[in-house]
Amino acid sequence: MNISPNKKPSARFAPWDDPAQKPLVRFGNVTKRFGSFTAIDNISLDIYEREFFALLGPSGCGKTTMMRMLAGFEKPSEGTISLGGEDIADIPPYKRPVNMMFQSYALFPHMTVEANIAFGLKQDKWPKQQISERVEEMLSLVQLTKFAKRKPHQLSGGQRQRVALARSLAKKPKLLLLDEPLGALDKKLREKTQFELMDIQEKLGMTFVIVTHDQEEAMTVASRIAVMDDGKLIQVATPEVIYEYPNCRYVADFIGDVNLVEGRISTTAEEMVKLSWAEGQGDIDISYKNGCSAGENACLAIRPEKVHVTREEPQDVDNKIRGVIHDIAYIGNLSTYYVKLGNGQIFRAQESNRRRLANREFTWDDQVWLSWRNTAGVLLQK
Amino acid sequence: MDRKSGRFLLIGIPYLWLGLLFLVPFFIVLKISLSDIAVAIPPYTPTFDLSAGWGGFTKFLSELDFENYIWLIEDDLYINSYLSSLKIAFFSTLLALLVGYPIAYAMAKAPSEWRPTLLMLIILPFWTSFLIRVYAWIGILKPEGFLNQFLMMLGIIDEPLQIINTDTAVYIGIVYSYLPFMVLPLYSALEKLDGALLEAAEDLGCTAIQAFWKVTFPLSMPGIVAGCFLVFIPAIGEFVIPDLLGGSDTIMIGKTLWADFFSNRDWPLASAVAVVLLLLLIVPIVLFQRQQERAQEAEK
Repeated sequence: MNISPNKKPSARFAPWDDPAQKPLVRFGNVTKRFGSFTAIDNISLDIYEREFFALLGPSGCGKTTMMRMLAGFEKPSEGTISLGGEDIADIPPYKRPVNMMFQSYALFPHMTVEANIAFGLKQDKWPKQQISERVEEMLSLVQLTKFAKRKPHQLSGGQRQRVALARSLAKKPKLLLLDEPLGALDKKLREKTQFELMDIQEKLGMTFVIVTHDQEEAMTVASRIAVMDDGKLIQVATPEVIYEYPNCRYVADFIGDVNLVEGRISTTAEEMVKLSWAEGQGDIDISYKNGCSAGENACLAIRPEKVHVTREEPQDVDNKIRGVIHDIAYIGNLSTYYVKLGNGQIFRAQESNRRRLANREFTWDDQVWLSWRNTAGVLLQK
Repeated sequence: MDRKSGRFLLIGIPYLWLGLLFLVPFFIVLKISLSDIAVAIPPYTPTFDLSAGWGGFTKFLSELDFENYIWLIEDDLYINSYLSSLKIAFFSTLLALLVGYPIAYAMAKAPSEWRPTLLMLIILPFWTSFLIRVYAWIGILKPEGFLNQFLMMLGIIDEPLQIINTDTAVYIGIVYSYLPFMVLPLYSALEKLDGALLEAAEDLGCTAIQAFWKVTFPLSMPGIVAGCFLVFIPAIGEFVIPDLLGGSDTIMIGKTLWADFFSNRDWPLASAVAVVLLLLLIVPIVLFQRQQERAQEAEK
């Protein structure tokens, strides 16, 4: 086997690329309707063992319904959901080897932390000795050993979140569902907890499915992301692919910032197209592998950080446009320049602030050049 | 008026209210309970005479005694009345809980737009006089009443059941009358229950019934306790219901008290009965208060 030297073999976790792999979870043409409202519209999706899979989308896109169907709280109106090859449509939640961490944590307020974690184990009639060992193990996993005897209302938000995680992990489920698990935490704690979640998932070798509307969170934790909108899957791919090669405007726009330049394909060459986008402006070169033909309407999506801002006209670049700095958003480490192009369109370019602000090169109303390479953006067809 | 005295006034009002309308009458009753029966107006002696000065006051004090309380202990009637009241109140409370819990549960689970109407229906009986509602039960329960007619029409019974003038009728009357006091606190406890908790219990391996006993029931405990006290406390001293629906062998302390006060005109003894009843009730009331405080603390 040929492994490229700068990549550790263990880093290549991609069961979805291996046709021999059997998925742990398979949605087969699943549709879910509530009355006349279609929450999930004919979705097919495979999730593999040991994946950290993110369902991402705005509220009301159906991601929570997907998760609730996995937990057993909702039944699909059509289609099948299988877990480990077994159809689980008729298995009630209490018999599924699936556990869920609830958005509100849903800790039992009348029980101590210990009793909350032991709840599922007692329900499964584990021997007493094993229960207390398992609870001990879970408490140390989430670093709450000292708080075992507390009641949930005596804990901070972050601690409650950990109890909820420990409780849902205690039964060693085949699949752990996390419903907006970090939504109630502040930004710093959330970022820290994201890494802890990843560590725990890796350490236990379990399959996690997380529902979130926070794209940064999904990008950070997930092995693959499914971007959803309006009950449909828009794109299912690794975070890098979702970010660098969004398959449509919706995904490009939903994940991070993006400049969209509408135009028409003027010429196509091998792996390269030219996009004509405004009168009197040169065509934009875009590297493109899939087939397309001249005359088609298309759109360039390019991330602001891939666009350079320079005062002098740049040499040896694939694409360059002149513009005037319309606005500057300074966010400390980065500055985003809102550059007004000849046709009135605002184009965003982001530069990291390597120098102190006092020495900044540009200011409002400066004439600047924007430039980028032909591989920096993607061409989105209709 | 400055701020401090304003605040004092604000705190003072409930104390004044309590003092005037509870403490003063209580001490009057206490005083009468220590007096002796007399054929006079008022029908007890001694009476307090301010004009006699200090000497009159000490004479007045020396004539008070605990005779009536000793009588209460010696006569079986009173002990039986107290015990029977406790028993009837206890079982009525239990029945009210058994009937009220499903009602409150159904109300809390009902679609939210229905709940105000359902609450209204629970409170609606209060719009009619309590006395009239209890009287109405006579019409329902008597041998030729609605219930017996209905059961005979269905062919379930051949001859009328004797329900009126029995303890059964008293239980029915108390459970009916005090049911709203059971349902309302239960409803407020159950309505607050987060549905996600039940889903979490199911997710962790509980059937719906197990989830009820492990989550819903313990979390509705404050409502259960509040409802039980709100039924138990007034039921002990209940007079109207045993008098109208109960029979001659239904003895409850309220009836005994009434008989002593009005039929026997023995105000001192009736007052002693009332004081002992109050002392009996103080225990559950204090327990109730403490439980309420604890429930409030837990919510913080």
